[in-house]
Formats: sequence, C-alpha cells, structure tokens
Amino acid sequence: MMTTKLLSVKGLSVAFGTRAIIQDVSFDVYAGDCLAVIGPNGAGKTVLLKSLMGLQPHGGEIHWSPAARLGYVPQKVAADWQLPLRVRDILEAKQRTLKLPAQDLQAVCELVGLAPDVLNGTIGSLSGGQFQKALIAFALLGDPNVLLFDEPTASLDELTENRIYDLLHSLQREKGITVLLVSHDLSVVYHYATKVLCLSKGVTCMGTPQEVLTPERLEELYGAPPKYYRHAEGHTHGEFGPSK
Amino acid sequence: MSGGEALTIGLALLFALAAGLVGSFALMKRMLLASDVISHLALPGLGIAFLLKFEPIVGGAATLLLGTLLVWRLQKGTGLATDAAIGVVFAAALAIGAVITPSEDLVEALFGNFRPLSAMGFVLGLAGVLLVIASVLHYKDRLTLSLFAPELGAVTGINVDRLDLGFLLIFSLTVLIGLRFMGALLSSALIILPAATARRVTDRLSQFIAISMIVSAVSVGIGFLVSSVLFRRSTAGASTVGPTIVIVSAFLFACSLLRKRA
Repeated sequence: MMTTKLLSVKGLSVAFGTRAIIQDVSFDVYAGDCLAVIGPNGAGKTVLLKSLMGLQPHGGEIHWSPAARLGYVPQKVAADWQLPLRVRDILEAKQRTLKLPAQDLQAVCELVGLAPDVLNGTIGSLSGGQFQKALIAFALLGDPNVLLFDEPTASLDELTENRIYDLLHSLQREKGITVLLVSHDLSVVYHYATKVLCLSKGVTCMGTPQEVLTPERLEELYGAPPKYYRHAEGHTHGEFGPSK
Repeated sequence: MSGGEALTIGLALLFALAAGLVGSFALMKRMLLASDVISHLALPGLGIAFLLKFEPIVGGAATLLLGTLLVWRLQKGTGLATDAAIGVVFAAALAIGAVITPSEDLVEALFGNFRPLSAMGFVLGLAGVLLVIASVLHYKDRLTLSLFAPELGAVTGINVDRLDLGFLLIFSLTVLIGLRFMGALLSSALIILPAATARRVTDRLSQFIAISMIVSAVSVGIGFLVSSVLFRRSTAGASTVGPTIVIVSAFLFACSLLRKRA
C-alpha cells in the first residue's frame, strides 16, 4: 500500500530579528507517522509547530497535502482567565464556526473523558489537567487527521499523562491519525514515535527512535549526558516517564 | 410625542442594544476605554457640520477616520507609544472641536440630543445600528475563539487580524452613531457601563451579552423618561437626556455592586 505524503518541509528557517532559531530544516511526514520533535529548551520546537500551522513567518517551503486536516494542542494558552467563558462555550464556538453537527461535540467529550462539570466550568476554575483535556477535545473537534501536540502532558500527573498517551495511541491505531509531537519525555518518545526529529542550535537529525535516541546523540543534543538510558535489548529506564 | 420623536427614541433604543452588545465583546478584549478616545476624535467634525449645517454624523465620521490615521502616523513616525500618540490627538481634537463649534451648538456636540432626526440621519443611523448588531451576532463565535486564544482561532481557519480590524470598525461605528444621542463626551458610556454591570452579575457568556444589551436599553428608556419629566420643555432639556441616561446606567452598575461575587 502506498502511504500518502501529508507534509513536506524544505529548507525551513525562522529567525527572531538577527537570531536564527531554526536553520534549514527539511523533512517529510507520511500518513500514520508519529513524528516526535525533541531538543533542549529554546531549540525552536514550538516555533517549528507554529510555522507548520502558518502562525509564524518563516523562510523555506512548507507544503501540506490538501487531504490534511489539522488539530492543534498548544503547550499553553495565554488566555485571560477572568473571561466569562466555559469550556462548553469555546467548544460550541468551534463547532458552530466549522458548521459541525452537535453530536460531534458530544462524541469528542466522551472520547477524551471530559466530565459535564468540566464542560460547564469557567476556564479560570479548571485544574491544569482538566484544561489540557479541554484543549485536546478542542483539537479533536472537526475530525482532524493530523494532530500537532506541543508538550501535551507538561502539566499533568502521571496517571492522567498515561491516559492522554493511551488516548493518543488509540487515535493513531484506530483512526490512523498522524501525530506531530513535541515532548521532553524521552520514554514517551521512545514508546510512541515512529520518527524522531531533533533540533538544537542549527544542528538537526532525523531517524527512528532507535537511531536517534542513543546516549551519544542525546549528549550531543542536550549538551549533557541524559538521565535516560536504554538496555541493549531495548527496554527503557529513566528517571522520568514510565518504565514498561 | 410626535412621529419623528417616536422614531428617534426607537432608534436610540436600538442603538442601546448595539452598544451593549459591542460593549460586552469590547470588555472581554479589554478595549472599553478606546471608545472614549474615538468619540473625542469626532468632535472637530461635529463642529464643522454644525458650522456648515450638514449631517453631524457625516462630519464626525470624517474626523474620526482622520484622527485614527493621525494616531497611527504619529506612532509610526515619531516612535511615540500608542497611549502618548492617542493622548496628544485626543486633547487637540477636543480643543479644536470646542473652538470651531458654534457656542449655541457646543452643548449639543458635547452631550448629544434627542430631537427628531432628519430623514437621512434616521436612515443612516438605522442602517448603522442594524449592521453593528448583525455583524457582531454573526461573528460572535469567531470573536469568542479569537479572544480566548488567537492561535487556536487561526488554526480553526479564522483570519484573526481581519477579524480584529472588522471589530474595531464596528466598534467605531457604534461610537459614531452614539454621538448624535449622547454627544462626544458620553457616546462611549453605553458601551462601557452596561457591559461592566453585566460582568458583575454573571459568569456565563450568553447571559453576559444579553444582560449587557438589556441594561443598556433599560438605561436609555428610563433615562429618557426621567429626563422628560424633570426637564420638560426647558431649552436645556434636549441635551440633558444623554447625561441622565448615563446617570441611570451608573446607578444600575452601583446596584450590581450590591451582589456579592461567588
């Protein structure tokens, strides 16, 4: 079976003033891929995702297949928490803007496990985990086939985090959703990603997790030995993330 | 009450609904005070219109647009911060307006009036008010998404920059229509006060918008009645309606303070 190329990036560069953030990055994403973007703070991971969505001025070429429908879960939202908005208001606003049937909203809430009290809570009253779930439900509304996740579990406890990744995994498996994931959690990257793109001060590398997540590469990338290692037989152990 | 007066009151009530609606979104976008500035920019135009005896709204619109461009230019050309540029133009516009407006019309330019409108004034006002209400209601969901998180709005397919510009134009149009009734000094009051009152009372978006509109219309209704009873037939009467409406609106806000927030 031929897999469809959903995204093609050629020579992508982004600069803030004279400071180059991303330099000459090229990669392709195919339907069903789970591409993890890793790198130290300030390497331009979030900037990369924003460029892909057209939210960031950039050089080079970004070409999405017309078949791609994007959903985006941002790392954080700089919303005014005093706004008189409930999660329901925001989801309904998107549902009506995209002219979707009301049952689609019901369906994503069930899929994500968004409880009615969260749905009816104002955005300022939610916990980090509840808010994250609401953002994921927002992204899934409109039936996207590509999800861009920026540190989707940064503010979650481990149990909720596992649930989110299980959800992500089942979306990939059952719906064939393509995922672009920014994550600091290398164990998660190792478990879920099919490809890894690493960004660091102008140096980029791309490969399978087995190729990229080696102690040598990671030391080069983060400038320090990672608190993470992998046995020869492929089990992962780490100070963060689940060791399955 | 003559037919002309009834039409004028009807239009003022519709304007009140529009101002309450625009005000609710302006409050959420934290741009309520901009309405004050915009209304002052219209004053020189009102003065010229009174001087040359043409429709005040047209004159107001012209200098409002000029003033906005001037603020934009000053800010770009001199490196002044926005508030400094606005402050300069704001003060100059008020002073120029006060000098060129014929003194017998000055009170009216500053505080508005409820005398019957000309046919053209009525038609322009009605078209403007309906345009404001229809476009805010039509773009309500997009405005909500973009004020919650502009980038999520953009990913949903909303052109956030264009939406912001559109809202600013609708906002200015609302201030402009208000000039006739409320004058340059108080035109923004019905955008600010009812929205602030509604926000005190509820955390629900749809209720917030509805209450803001209702408080605004009730302020106009009661304000007009009170003023026509208190100032009946006096020459100053026409120009006391606007201030009375604002006092009623401020009173309603004060009442909302009695309610403790959850």
